[in-house]
Amino acid sequence: MLLDVGNIVRLVRTLSICSLAVVLLFGAALVFSFQTPAPTQQPPSAPPPQTIPSTPPTQSGASGVAGTSFSAQPQQNGLNIVVLDPAHGGTDLGARGTGGMRESEIVLDFASEVRRTLEQQGFQVVLTRQGNDNPSFDDRSAIANAQRGAVFVTLHISSTGLPGTARVYINSDLPPLTDSNGMIPWDRAQAPFLSLSRQLGDLVQGFLAQRFKGSPDAAQSASVRQLRTTAAPAIAVEISSVVVNDRADLDRMAPGVAEAIARGVAAFKPLYVLPSAPGVQP
Amino acid sequence: MMGRWKFWVITSLVTTLIAAAIYIPILRKRMQRAARQQQQSEEQARRELIQPVPVNPGDPRVKTKLFWASDSDETALAPVTVDLPLSKDPVLRSKQVLNTLLAGPVDPELRTLPPDAVLLAFYILPDGTAVADFSEAMATSIPSGIASEQLAVDSMARTLEANVPQIQRLKILIHGQEVETLAGHVDLTGTFLVNSNLAQPPPSPPSPAATPAPKP
Repeated sequence: MLLDVGNIVRLVRTLSICSLAVVLLFGAALVFSFQTPAPTQQPPSAPPPQTIPSTPPTQSGASGVAGTSFSAQPQQNGLNIVVLDPAHGGTDLGARGTGGMRESEIVLDFASEVRRTLEQQGFQVVLTRQGNDNPSFDDRSAIANAQRGAVFVTLHISSTGLPGTARVYINSDLPPLTDSNGMIPWDRAQAPFLSLSRQLGDLVQGFLAQRFKGSPDAAQSASVRQLRTTAAPAIAVEISSVVVNDRADLDRMAPGVAEAIARGVAAFKPLYVLPSAPGVQP
Repeated sequence: MMGRWKFWVITSLVTTLIAAAIYIPILRKRMQRAARQQQQSEEQARRELIQPVPVNPGDPRVKTKLFWASDSDETALAPVTVDLPLSKDPVLRSKQVLNTLLAGPVDPELRTLPPDAVLLAFYILPDGTAVADFSEAMATSIPSGIASEQLAVDSMARTLEANVPQIQRLKILIHGQEVETLAGHVDLTGTFLVNSNLAQPPPSPPSPAATPAPKP
């Protein structure tokens, strides 16, 4: 009997050790899975669904033609939508400055200010990202390319340049279209819109120069990757810079930048004419 | 007796499992560190292999225009003329001027390229496209931004344009690979016009960002 009790005690002890081992094993597996680094993990590339405007796009025209495949129903003609792109995000911090300033965070704040000002002017605003994610260049372009009557503005903070100034860039000249079918190749989607982008860029830059002394008078050309695949009048606005000592210096620029963009887009609205057919210069 | 034996087996198994669970992440980190060190030493070996471009003192000294950042506007370029013994061979000549450009101007504030970047290789294809392959520092050490990245590319393109007439376009590689952007902004998937009047297809005026003329 005594032996039986001893056996039972041993059995209970063995069972409890086994269950402890299982718990520990689970714990270890959990820790291990958390510690497993994923350096090649891609940030989520799909644009957040809430950034898609409420107007349902309806398909019209040939598919596979960037920028002219879809149209927003209520606005067949004219400029009504501004696609705002706060650059970088997620693991891509962009320019990094003094005191841990990050371009990816600052542009989000700028974007909400610009959005507010544009909405006050009656424009519908679509953001390519609203949180700390990093859609791909193509995903960001795709949001603009799915609209009719949209312009695209990508927002950046530089690491260089005279602090307190802002520059507007349009895409450098792209090689002529070679597609014989009249289709716009995706990777040259900006080509038919370059002259419109130039007009929009000069207008916004003009308003920025009025507000921020030392800024150029006209938009400059640069090989900006984000603009190349965008099938809409598209500009990049870059503000100087993350090298300022105090983040508040940059924050103070936000209302002025927002106003210049909104005034520029409003002034551009009457000039906005969609390219009549895919691949045809406007 | 049997129970005690089982107890010890289970205890040692559990101990082994716990030890493994703790040790494996450490081992993984060590392996990653070792791999990184190996990569660095490969880069080091490659640098040592790449001899500095020989400068032949017999080569005629010519006035060489180098484009660094402008004194008055750090987002624009300004030419600086220096006397350099340059080879007649376009590839050697390009390496010489690009290495001088990388070495930087007297005032380090006017640099356009990161000081630790190295020109790993340079070729000129029969169609006039030059391929310049830089070490990773070109992408990782450059100040991120449209202005700074475009300035870096323009300083190379304008310097090659001024000194090596055979080159029509410039393609930039990073460590032998085509990359999407230099440091998140400027597109490196295409080529940059160098001698725009020669390049096919014409015509394409130089972009304002690339124009070295000082602003009024």
